[in-house]
Amino acid sequence: MSRYMGTSVKRVEDPRFLSGQGKYVGNISLPGMVYVGVKRSPLAHATIKGIDASKAEALDGVIAVYKGQDLVDGGVGSLPCGWTFDGCLTPPHHPVCIDKVRHVGDAMAVVVAESPSIAEDALDLIDVDLDPLPAVIHARQPKGEWPIVHSDMESNVSYHWPLGDEEAVNAALAASDHVIELDFANQRLIPNAMEPRACVAQWDAPDEHMTVWTTSQNPHTIRLLLGAFTLGIPEHKLRVVSPDVGGGFGSKIFHYPEEVIVPWVARQVNRPAKWVATRSESFVTDRHGRDHESTAKLGVNDDGTFTALHVSTWANMGAYLSTFAPLIPTALYITLLSGLYKIPVIFGEAYGTMTNTVPVDAYRGAGRPEASYLLETIIDLAARELGMDPIELRRKNLIQPDEFPYQTPVALVYDSGNYPGLFEKIEGLSGYSDLRKAQDEARAGGKLVGVGFSSCIEASGPAPSAAAVGLGAAIGLFESGSIRVHPTGKISVFTGSHAHGQGHETTFAQVVADELGVPIEDVEVIHGDTDRIQYGVGTYGSRSAAVGGSALVMSAVKIRAKLKELAAHLLEASVDDMVYDQDEGTVSVAGSPESKKGFAELAFAFTTADNLPEGMEPGLEATSFYDPVNFTFPYSAHVAQVEIDPATGEVELQKYFAVDDVGNVINPMIVEGQILGGIAQGAGQALWEHGIYDEDGQLLSGSMLSYAMPRADGFPMIEVDRQETPSPHNPLGVKGAGEMGTIASTVTISNAVLDALAPLGVGYLEMPLTAEKIRAAIVAASNGGGE
Amino acid sequence: MYPRPFEYVRADTVDQALDLKSETGGRFIAGGHSLLPLMKIRLTAPDTLVDIGRIDGLRGIKSNGGFTIGALTTHAMVAAEGAGDFPAALSEAAAMIGDPQVRNRGTVGGNVAHADPASDLPTVFSALGATFTAVSKSGSREIAASDFFTGLFESALTDDEILTEVKVDGEPASSGSAYAKLFNPASRYAVVGAAATVGVGDDGNCSACTVAVGGLTAHAMVLDAVASALLGKPVTSENAEAAGQAAKDAIGDDVMGDVYASADYRRDVLPVFVARALMTAASRAS
Repeated sequence: MSRYMGTSVKRVEDPRFLSGQGKYVGNISLPGMVYVGVKRSPLAHATIKGIDASKAEALDGVIAVYKGQDLVDGGVGSLPCGWTFDGCLTPPHHPVCIDKVRHVGDAMAVVVAESPSIAEDALDLIDVDLDPLPAVIHARQPKGEWPIVHSDMESNVSYHWPLGDEEAVNAALAASDHVIELDFANQRLIPNAMEPRACVAQWDAPDEHMTVWTTSQNPHTIRLLLGAFTLGIPEHKLRVVSPDVGGGFGSKIFHYPEEVIVPWVARQVNRPAKWVATRSESFVTDRHGRDHESTAKLGVNDDGTFTALHVSTWANMGAYLSTFAPLIPTALYITLLSGLYKIPVIFGEAYGTMTNTVPVDAYRGAGRPEASYLLETIIDLAARELGMDPIELRRKNLIQPDEFPYQTPVALVYDSGNYPGLFEKIEGLSGYSDLRKAQDEARAGGKLVGVGFSSCIEASGPAPSAAAVGLGAAIGLFESGSIRVHPTGKISVFTGSHAHGQGHETTFAQVVADELGVPIEDVEVIHGDTDRIQYGVGTYGSRSAAVGGSALVMSAVKIRAKLKELAAHLLEASVDDMVYDQDEGTVSVAGSPESKKGFAELAFAFTTADNLPEGMEPGLEATSFYDPVNFTFPYSAHVAQVEIDPATGEVELQKYFAVDDVGNVINPMIVEGQILGGIAQGAGQALWEHGIYDEDGQLLSGSMLSYAMPRADGFPMIEVDRQETPSPHNPLGVKGAGEMGTIASTVTISNAVLDALAPLGVGYLEMPLTAEKIRAAIVAASNGGGE
Repeated sequence: MYPRPFEYVRADTVDQALDLKSETGGRFIAGGHSLLPLMKIRLTAPDTLVDIGRIDGLRGIKSNGGFTIGALTTHAMVAAEGAGDFPAALSEAAAMIGDPQVRNRGTVGGNVAHADPASDLPTVFSALGATFTAVSKSGSREIAASDFFTGLFESALTDDEILTEVKVDGEPASSGSAYAKLFNPASRYAVVGAAATVGVGDDGNCSACTVAVGGLTAHAMVLDAVASALLGKPVTSENAEAAGQAAKDAIGDDVMGDVYASADYRRDVLPVFVARALMTAASRAS
C-alpha cells in the first residue's frame, strides 16, 4: 500500500547542499550588523584578578567590551542543567566568567566590533590578570585531596547514581566459575561537526522582540532556556531559528554561552550581532564526548553462562554540568549494560565528577557506546579465558525471540528483536568461519591478523515523558507534527524534529505522502523555526522517525478522518462506509469505487466551506503531539578484520561487515548512509581520535594537526545488510538508525585489534589503538611482559 | 580565524617580486598552504603579502640532462611526473603530501622554503643531493641541499632572496630511489620519513647509497652511517635492516616527540622505514 516507504527516494535537500546553496547561520548578514568576539582563558583553572580592556576599547571599530559582571548586571542568568535528579549538585555556569576560569576556552570577556577582524584584533589587546590554580583533569577522583573546581561543592563529585542489587551481584560473582575483572577507559572525544557553531541575533526594540538564529538541534528547547533562565526575554517575545545546520552529532543539542551573549549584545547595542566559532574555538568550547573510567566484573560459568555484572564508572563532566550531561552516564549507560543477553543480576553505578576540562555531554551514541564498549570487550576477554569462540559465547546467552517484551535487570523493557536471526545473517554476510580459517593461516605465517565481533543494543527514540521526567528530565520528550493542507491540495508539514544531516525533508515527506496518498512533490517539510513550528523537542537520541514521524502519522490520521467525513457528506453515504485509498488519495464508498472524491477536490471544499457537514470546521489542518510508550531498541552485529604491522604497530582495517535491525526502514539509502557514517565515526574512536589534556589542563590535541579524524582512505568497502523487526509500539514500526553504526564499530574494531594481538599474550589496551601503543604492547609481550 | 590586516601585492616577474619585497618588507606567498594557516591562527602577521603565484616562468619541470623543477611547480605536477629517469622517490613523496586539494595548490618552492621538519620534500631533496637556486637583486647563487635546511622552519635563504628552482640529477638505470613514510593520521605530515637512493653494481652489490631522514629532528638530514653500512654489500632485507639500525644509532639525541608519537617511538621505527626505502630503491635499480 505504501509507494514511498521502503524506497530510496533521492534526498530533496541535496541539490541545495551540493551546489553550495545551503542557508547556514554563518550566511546571515543583516544591515548594521556587529561582530562578537570572545576572550578565552588560556589557563585551565585560575582566579581572575583583573581585566584591563582599555586598549581594546580604544581601538578604532570597537563598539564595546563587556565583562562577566556586566552580563549579570544586565539580567543574564546562569546556564541551567536540564537533567538533574536527587543528590545531583549543579554548580552555577555564568556565560562569561566572573571571578574564576575553569577550563581552557572559558569565556572571560566579550568584544563587540564593526568587523570580525577588528573583534579579533581587540581580543589580543585585552589584558587579563590570571592567578593560576592547580587543575584537575581526571574523572576518577576517589576520596582524597583534589583541586576543587567549584568552591561551593565539598568535593568534585556532582552525583552518584547506582542501579541494581549490589549484594545479589556480589553473591552471584562469588559463586561464579570465573570472574573477569578489568579497568576500562573510554577516552574523551571532540565532536568536530563540519559547520562550527554560530549565532546571529536581532533585537526589534519597538516590539521588544528578539530573533536568534543558532546552530541548534532543538531550537524550541533553546528558546525555553533563553526565556526562562538565561536571557530573561519572555518566550512569546523570542523567536529561535535553526536553519541548515552542518552536522551536530549531539554537540549542538546544548545551550551554549554564546547563545546568550549574542542576543544580549544585540539588545545592548541595539544592532544585529553575529558570532561564528573558529575551529580553534570549537575545540575548546564545543561539548566533548565520552571520557569514562570504569572497573567492571563479569561472572561466567564454565559452560559460558553469564551470571552477573558489576560496573563502577567515573564520568568526567568537565568544568560545568552541560544541558543534558548527567543523563549520559546514568539513564543512557547503566541501563544498557544488559546488552542482548540474559544476565541474571546487574549492578551499575556512575560518579559524575567536575574537572578543569571542557564540559562533556552527549556525543553520537551518548552512554550507549560506552556501555557496549565495556560489555562487548569484557565478553571477548571471557571468551578468551574460556577458550570459546566469541560468537558462540554470546549466542549462548542471547535473549530469544519469544522472550519479548524482555525486562532487563537494569530497568529497561526491550520491545522486539530476533537476535539469533541477526547472528546467522552476520555469519553469512561476513563468511565468519572462512575469516577465522584465513586468520589461522595468516597467524601460521607470522601475521598479526585479527577478527573482531560485537553485538550491540541501544535505547533510541527518547522517550516516554513520564519516564524521562522521572529519571531527571526537565521537560517531556514527546514530539509534535502538523500537517497543513492548502486550498489546492498541496501540503506543508511542520515537524518539531530538526534535520542537520538526517534528511528529514525527504523521509518525512515520504511518510506523509504515503499516509495521505499524494505525490511526494506535493509535500514540503518545514522545521527549525519556533515561529513556524507549533512546538518541538528536537533531534537527538535517534528519535526523529520514531517520535517525530509518529506525530505526523497521528496528524495524517486526523486529516484522513476529516476527509472521510466530508466525502461521506458529499457522496451522501455513511462515514462508516467510506474507504480512504492511500495509493490514489481518494475517498470512495465501500462497494462502489466509482463513487469517490479526490484529495485535492476535498481539500478545496474545505476552502469554499459552503457545503460542509453540520458542525464541521472549515480548513484542513491537524496538529498532534506523540508521546512514545517506550524507547525503541535497535540492535546490530558487526564483524571487522584488521592486520597489524608488527614492526610499526600500525593497524590496517581490511574488512568490515554490518547487519543492523533498525525496525522498518523509510528510506534504505538514508539508513545505509547513517550506518556507514556511524561506522566511520566509531572507527575514529577506536583508532585515532583522542582529546588529550596534560596535567595542567592544556588541551594537547586542540587542532586538526593533532586531532585525527577518520578519512575515506582509512576504510575498505563496508558491506551492510539489514534485518527488519518492526517496533511494536509506534505506528511506523521504526527504530533509531542514527547511532547504531558508531556504537557498534568502536568496539568491533577494538576487539579485532585485541584479537590480532591475543596470541602474543596482549590483554586489554585502551583506545585509541595508535601505532605507538600497539608496538609498545608487542615489545612488552615479546619481552615476557605480556599480561 | 581572521588574520591581522595585511596588504596584498602581486608580482608578474622575479625582478618585480624582489622589488616589491624590498619595498614592502613583506613575505612571499605562492600556494599559501603553509603561510595562510599560520596567519589565520596569528602565529605570523606579515604587513604585506607579495604574491608570486602567477610568475609563469617558475612553474613546471624541465628535463635538461637532469631536471629543473620550478619553485611554483605543484606537488600534483611532481607526483604525476613520469619521465623515465625522474627520481622515483620525488614523485612518490609528492603523492604522499596532504590530500588532493593540498597537492593541487601547494608548491615545491613554498614547501622547502617553509622548512617544516615533518615535511616530505626536504628529506627527498636531501637524499638526492638537490641544488636550490636563490635569486636576489645582486645575482643568483646555488645552495646544496646539505646547506639549505639549517634549523626548525629555517633555511639558508636570506631575506632578500627568492627561491626560483630546484635541480636534481636524473636517475641512472643502475640506480633507484624511494621514499617511505609513517603518516601522522591527523596532519598527514611525516612522523618518520626516509628517502634512499641505491646504486647497484655489476656484481649485484650496493655501489652507491644516500639516505636522508625527516620528521625526527629539526630538519631533514643525510645519515652517512647508513650508506657505510650497506656499501659493497648485496641489498638483502637483512642488510637493509642492519643499515636501518645504523640510522637509529646515527640519528642522535635531538629527536622530537609529540602527542601522537614520542621521540623514542620515532627512533624505534626509524630502521623500519629506512630499510623499506632501501629495499624499494634497490628494486628500482636495474
